[in-house]
Amino acid sequence: MSAAIATPAAARGRRLRPGFLATRKGMVGFAVLAFLVAVAVLATWIAPHPPDAIDGSRVLAGPTLAHPFGSDALGRDVLSRVIFAFRVSLAVAVGSTLLAFAIGTPLGLLAGYRGGWVDATIMRPIDMLLALPALLLAVALIAILGPGSAIALLAIAVIYTPILARVARASTLVVSSQTYVEGARARGAGPWRILTRHVLPNAVGPVIVQATILMGFALQIEAALSFLGLGAQPPTSSLGVMLADGRDVLSQAPWVEIFPGVAIAITVLAFNLFGDGLRRQLDPRGVTR
Amino acid sequence: MSPRGSFVVRRLLFAVPVLAVMSVFVFLMIRLVPGDPVQTMLGFRATPENVAQVRSDLGLDRSLVSQYVDYVGGVFHGDLGQDYVSRAPVATLLAQRLPVTVELTILAMTLAVLVGVPLGVSSAARAGPLRTASEGFVVAGISIADFWLGIMLVLVFAGTWHLLPPSGFVRLTEDPLRNLRYLALPVITLAFGEAAYILRTTRGAMDEVLGTQYVLFLRAKGVSERRIVYRHALRNASPTIATVVGIQFGVLLGGAIVIETLFALPGVGRLIVTSIQQRNYTVVQGGVMVVAGLFILVTLLTDIAVGWLDPRIGEGQGS
Repeated sequence: MSAAIATPAAARGRRLRPGFLATRKGMVGFAVLAFLVAVAVLATWIAPHPPDAIDGSRVLAGPTLAHPFGSDALGRDVLSRVIFAFRVSLAVAVGSTLLAFAIGTPLGLLAGYRGGWVDATIMRPIDMLLALPALLLAVALIAILGPGSAIALLAIAVIYTPILARVARASTLVVSSQTYVEGARARGAGPWRILTRHVLPNAVGPVIVQATILMGFALQIEAALSFLGLGAQPPTSSLGVMLADGRDVLSQAPWVEIFPGVAIAITVLAFNLFGDGLRRQLDPRGVTR
Repeated sequence: MSPRGSFVVRRLLFAVPVLAVMSVFVFLMIRLVPGDPVQTMLGFRATPENVAQVRSDLGLDRSLVSQYVDYVGGVFHGDLGQDYVSRAPVATLLAQRLPVTVELTILAMTLAVLVGVPLGVSSAARAGPLRTASEGFVVAGISIADFWLGIMLVLVFAGTWHLLPPSGFVRLTEDPLRNLRYLALPVITLAFGEAAYILRTTRGAMDEVLGTQYVLFLRAKGVSERRIVYRHALRNASPTIATVVGIQFGVLLGGAIVIETLFALPGVGRLIVTSIQQRNYTVVQGGVMVVAGLFILVTLLTDIAVGWLDPRIGEGQGS
């Protein structure tokens, strides 16, 4: 009797609180991400100083109440610069992952659902891309197309597309063998309808989980590329550009170097935690494990 | 042929198309550069005769197919073209740089395995301070960008304590001890995240094996925990660990591009980066080819090692 009452109550509880908030990790990840996204979106209003305001009296000055992250070699406020650089880095990370998601998911879906020669034609090139060191691939692409944050975005998308296509394919294989897909086919539904109405909604969860986690790591890749001078170009500043600049004044003003790196680490961690939280809800079969 | 023998042959055969596609990609690199790659490479002070000369040296005035055949023929003979900045053959440049990259990545992977595997094994399937500590290490290793960690290590070990040099290099053959002093920080930097990743994989694989029925049976039989962990569980977790070590080698080779630049190590990675900045395309091509080839070789060796560690793979379909 009590079980009969408890079940609808639990179901209602689940509806009130989305699954990705059910774990503490997922909740922390979501909260930190929400904060970071708000900072990026509202940068113009939140940043205490204009990021490019040069102040000759504050060259390499340490942290103070008015400048909590200190100042850089031109006396610019490091906190404000971190906020604006983070906006660029986050845009590259989100853009590259979404691009890879938009290309990789349909490819994996089709390969997994059709199998046979379609599978082979799609997956062989993808396996070959995976057979190369990711960062080398990005660097090689930039060597051809020239540096810049748009090219970095593209390069990261090229790294991520095969990974997401693989997850989408694995997930589709699981879903395609389910009885409801068989049922839809028995009812005479066409392949397009089965794919879009039955397979895609049920197979996309693990891809979203993987993409969330990759989005965090995109920040690290962007930073590495910009650090090498292959990503964002002046006057655009990303966190990687800040890290490259900060290195020149490392011994006099370590704060210029420390805070952008901490910002990257926190963001990567938040995406990871949030992705783990999402996994509970979107990947119950553990395709992305 | 024995099942294991044919498994090795199949793996070798998979490496061939990957290398072939790689060679096409590298070959096309210079030809995909927007605008005139020779003009870009030589700069705008180059004379038209100069440009025409280099263009015919590179074979850019001939058909793509005959260019490609020439290129691959050259690669097989160890000819990767000429460096138009230093005038040296690209193959010679790479031969000087490759040992540095190989030493860096092998040392880093060794350190990562020596830290990650024991910690992963000893923190598996039990709660306690060690598990918590390893959890913290994994979180740090995953979220911290490797090159930033390297800069922080320079700040502490070179800048504040003056224990280790911040950058530079001495060859292993010249002075092994000083070589290690120069490599210490780069190796630790590169190994840190990798150790965390290997720890997590090892712990996961061990957790899984220790939860199986036959481990329960061994426990019921009264086999000591030590023997169960090292003799039975680790043995069964080892193919998973080996697979990850092989895949992660590619991450290390990619990471070496950044770390070599950071610590001014004269490896292939730094050569690629400086050559991109100089628009020295032939050297970029050679460097990418060598690093990719190295990774394909490591992947191949890993597959063979995993087949040896896990006989089921060799005898099954060898998926």
